[in-house]
Amino acid sequence: MLARASAALLLPPLLFLAPRARASSDPAEAEEEREGHGHGGGGYRVVQWEWSYVQTPYVIAVWLLVASVAKILFQLSRRLTRVVPESVLLILLGLALGGLALLADDKQPYQLEPALFFLFLLPTIVGDAGYFMPARLFFDNLGAILTYAVAGTLWNAFGTGLALTAAHRLGVIDERVEAGLLDFLLFGALISAVDPVAVLAVFEEVHVNDTLFIIVFGESLLNDAVTVVLYKVYISFVEVGTENVQMADYFKGMASFLVVSAGGTSVGLVFAVILSLLTRFTKKVRIIEPLFVLLLVYLAYLTAELFSLSSILSMTFCGIGANKYVEANISQKSRTAVKYTMKTLASIAETLIFIFLGISAVDKSKWAWDTGLVACTLIFIFIFRALGVMGQTWVLNRFRLVPLDKIDQVVMSYGGLRGAVAFALVVLLDGQRVKAKDYFVATTIVVVFFTVMFQGLTIKPLVKWLKVPRSTSRKPTINEEIHERAFDHILTAVEDIAGLQGYHHWRDKWEQFDKNYLSKLLLRKSAYRKSELWEAYQKINIRDAISVIDQGGNVVNAARLSLPSVTSGASFPDASNVTSYLRENGSGVCLDLQVVDKVPGAKVEEETETHHVLAENLYKPRRRYQSHYSRHFMPAGEKERQDREVFQRNMKSRMETFKSGRHKRHKKERGLKKRRASDARDDGGDKPRRSIDRQDKDPVVIPVVSDEDDEFQCRRKEPETDDDVGITFVALKAEAPQKRPHSMTGAPPAADAHLPWKGGGAPWPPPCLSLEATKVIPVDLRQAWNQSISSLESVSEAAGSRAGASTRPASYAGAAPIAPAPLLEKNQEEEEEEDETVPLVPSRRPPVPSPLPAALAPGRHRKPRVYLRSLVTSPPSGGSEGPAGKGPTQL
Amino acid sequence: MREGRTKGGTWRRGCVSCPSIRAPKVPLAFSGGAMGSWQARPEQQHYYHQLAQKTGFSAEQIKNLHHRFRELSANGETISRAHLESIPTLAKNPIKKQIIDAFFDKRNQQEGESGRLEELDLGHFLMVMSHFRPPRHKSGEDERCAVRRQKLRFLFNMHDTDNDGTITLVEYRKVVEELLSKSGAIGHEAAKAIADAAMLEVASTNVPHMAPDEFYEGITFEHFEQILNGLEMESRMHIRFLDVDTSTVRCGKAGSTSTP
Repeated sequence: MLARASAALLLPPLLFLAPRARASSDPAEAEEEREGHGHGGGGYRVVQWEWSYVQTPYVIAVWLLVASVAKILFQLSRRLTRVVPESVLLILLGLALGGLALLADDKQPYQLEPALFFLFLLPTIVGDAGYFMPARLFFDNLGAILTYAVAGTLWNAFGTGLALTAAHRLGVIDERVEAGLLDFLLFGALISAVDPVAVLAVFEEVHVNDTLFIIVFGESLLNDAVTVVLYKVYISFVEVGTENVQMADYFKGMASFLVVSAGGTSVGLVFAVILSLLTRFTKKVRIIEPLFVLLLVYLAYLTAELFSLSSILSMTFCGIGANKYVEANISQKSRTAVKYTMKTLASIAETLIFIFLGISAVDKSKWAWDTGLVACTLIFIFIFRALGVMGQTWVLNRFRLVPLDKIDQVVMSYGGLRGAVAFALVVLLDGQRVKAKDYFVATTIVVVFFTVMFQGLTIKPLVKWLKVPRSTSRKPTINEEIHERAFDHILTAVEDIAGLQGYHHWRDKWEQFDKNYLSKLLLRKSAYRKSELWEAYQKINIRDAISVIDQGGNVVNAARLSLPSVTSGASFPDASNVTSYLRENGSGVCLDLQVVDKVPGAKVEEETETHHVLAENLYKPRRRYQSHYSRHFMPAGEKERQDREVFQRNMKSRMETFKSGRHKRHKKERGLKKRRASDARDDGGDKPRRSIDRQDKDPVVIPVVSDEDDEFQCRRKEPETDDDVGITFVALKAEAPQKRPHSMTGAPPAADAHLPWKGGGAPWPPPCLSLEATKVIPVDLRQAWNQSISSLESVSEAAGSRAGASTRPASYAGAAPIAPAPLLEKNQEEEEEEDETVPLVPSRRPPVPSPLPAALAPGRHRKPRVYLRSLVTSPPSGGSEGPAGKGPTQL
Repeated sequence: MREGRTKGGTWRRGCVSCPSIRAPKVPLAFSGGAMGSWQARPEQQHYYHQLAQKTGFSAEQIKNLHHRFRELSANGETISRAHLESIPTLAKNPIKKQIIDAFFDKRNQQEGESGRLEELDLGHFLMVMSHFRPPRHKSGEDERCAVRRQKLRFLFNMHDTDNDGTITLVEYRKVVEELLSKSGAIGHEAAKAIADAAMLEVASTNVPHMAPDEFYEGITFEHFEQILNGLEMESRMHIRFLDVDTSTVRCGKAGSTSTP
């Protein structure tokens, strides 16, 4: 008994695939066990053996563990994984486990159950693929993809089926294989479809160029409709018998193809709309946002399955369609959560699929081997695939701007991998009706193994040998990104002028439609207003900032490039409002550098001191975060880094708030702030300079509004505020009126004028995590920088937890605790917005003149700095802006 | 992507070395009386032929474009800005102004002149259009390179509005701003930030070691080429010049330059 139980534990994999089969045989056994264990004592047992109770989940969990551990083990040997694709290793592992199981238990009670595969394993992979499908690339190549998926699959299916029939007639395939034309056509249909799981698994490691990948992969997804229909049609034909098939049935078959594909697609799109709409309203329940995404995508699959439509199509289009809106609607954290959940599930599902494929192969009952059939199938699918690709490419190339050349065709032919879908379909066949089922199963296994293992193994060298253009992992630069967008518009315009209604014309039409109707409907307001280019820029900026920090090398280079600062004047030739001008330029100075910079001037020193106090005394730096920050030890995914980056930026802005709160005691500081605040009000409509709300479309949002409207309340709350993190505007506000006249004059005190950050930026110096700013931090100061960051984090956590606002926009959390409740509510939308936008703050002025390296600092206001020509030639026209006034601009 | 096949980086070297493309200088007397005779069949053929040589379009494409040209000009001989500006589909294009400017920019006529055209005749029209012609399928490395350069030049001219050989920050900002112009209030601010960042990027890639008091004046064409080095122009700056009269044209005939 014990031996048996331990065997079950040692080989939990064995139990998994057939939990039900096990369960049915188990009761008796479990009964037995209970008795066996129970004979010791009659009454209460201290330890009970409840295997039957936990069996199913336990086995599943252990299986998942095995699969995951397997992945770790494979990664142990880099040399191995570089040569051998993971899928191959997994199949081998599966074979080994299967062999083991065969030894332990004579019959193989498990295999890759179609229901398990189609309902759980496949959707996780397809869902991931669909949701993260590069939509633009996909639609740019949609023509080719559809051609290969529909025409190609049909051709393969018929070709293979007919050729096999012919081979059978000719006697190449043994007589024992009792199969007629229909059987072979059926077999052809299920064996001819390129498999998304296998393609993904293999191509992800090969890194061919994007176009090639999307064509092969897109085909593997979209051919599902064809496969499903052919499969079903043949099955029904086989059931009624060849002789009873009428002409009308063929047409029904065709019609059903249309229904299945169009139906699947539209189910997917409907769910995409529902999902997008739902995520529009999840503001208050951020925590379950990821769940919505996962559920609805999965429901799209199940619903399509429910109506026997093409579920893969449905899920794919649901993912593609919803992605844009969902990503814009949900919070950054949810985005990360969705991504990781999907990737985790997909990855584990893929692992399981390959392991099970391996295990399923080790089953004597399946091996109805016929060399002729196996050989013929292998040859035919390869030949027809190659012929089909060549033929279709020839046609497609007449319409493609970038033709697919010979090498692409070779890779496409060779990359036509078959996989688990074919296997699951063949297992689903009814052995009563399809007499040759066993032969088909064996052949399918061989085909799948051959394509995945042999072709998967050799495709990498092949690609290398053929010098297939690889995909570059290089991310586009800002300039490239700008021009990408520009191209779209240019091409559309030229098409319009040339009177052509080409691809760009329609794409533009669609974008208009999307912008005017869909986005309005599906995006929440705050997200809707953001421009695509802006977002792209944000992403790039964040990424660059990170990479710069990572490299840590470019410090000096960046410091030299002060150009952008200068031009800000040029771009506002009408900068009659001196203060705003000053503020703008001044705010370019990096806050954190001030901390470390040795700058002459009492006020500055005062300020520096404050910073030091801030950085060193107030918060306990957290080592943990620091290690995060140094990133060298953790292979962080890009998203993860972005997330972190965003967080830090939020911290940054919070720190500013905080800092200004600290400054309360410095009169001078306050005065400046006051001035700033009033200025902001004065020219608020023009261009509010607050770095914090810069991002927002309505820039006046948070700080200003709260200042003005809730001043009273804020003051009332001051006591609490003080022992809390301290909020900026509270104290400021109180004194604002007195200082106001100052600001009205428009010119800041001369003493301050040449101190850039004083002139404008000091109270709210821009967070300096932005691209350039980060670059600028001298290496030796990095330590201090890191510490301040880590200290920031601890603050944020404290603040966050106190506010009990884990879901609240991080950037606001610091301020939130003291903010009066009514304000919070009123500004709900703004808050929302800030959630998304704050991370941008620093990027706002990436080009800010880099703070000087310490050595240069002393010369700050005397030594002319780098200027852009444009600025020099066209200084701001503001009359009061003398050379002295320009001081701040140089940095 | 595709240029990746050329042993990475060949592009740049190749492009730098290859001389800028020069259209065959067929001295065409477009202006004045010559144009009156278009409608006469043989002359028209001849005229088309000359244009085809100059612009690389096939005769059929020219015919179609000519058709479009007459549509735009209301059967006139020349197109003015107003004609282009009144194209309804163009109205929503954020960079409409720049595109139209590009059409009237003499630099895009590849005759070594600069300045503005007041009116476009068919030749000019086609010349500008020819920047968007896909390259021949079997074009050699040099030709690809030349085509690429030509397209980049077009872009560069579009940005360099004052024709001083550099895209200054102000000019670049303008471009970005217009690209963003549809997103409302954020446009101005964002454009500035983006353009600044982009400029900084150019500066840091091209002049990695700047002296402290040096300044970066703007993007020269060489720098421009360099920063867009990674962009695949082949597929991104082309449109398919098929047919206006759908029935008549099937480009993609052997040797036709326009095989899509």
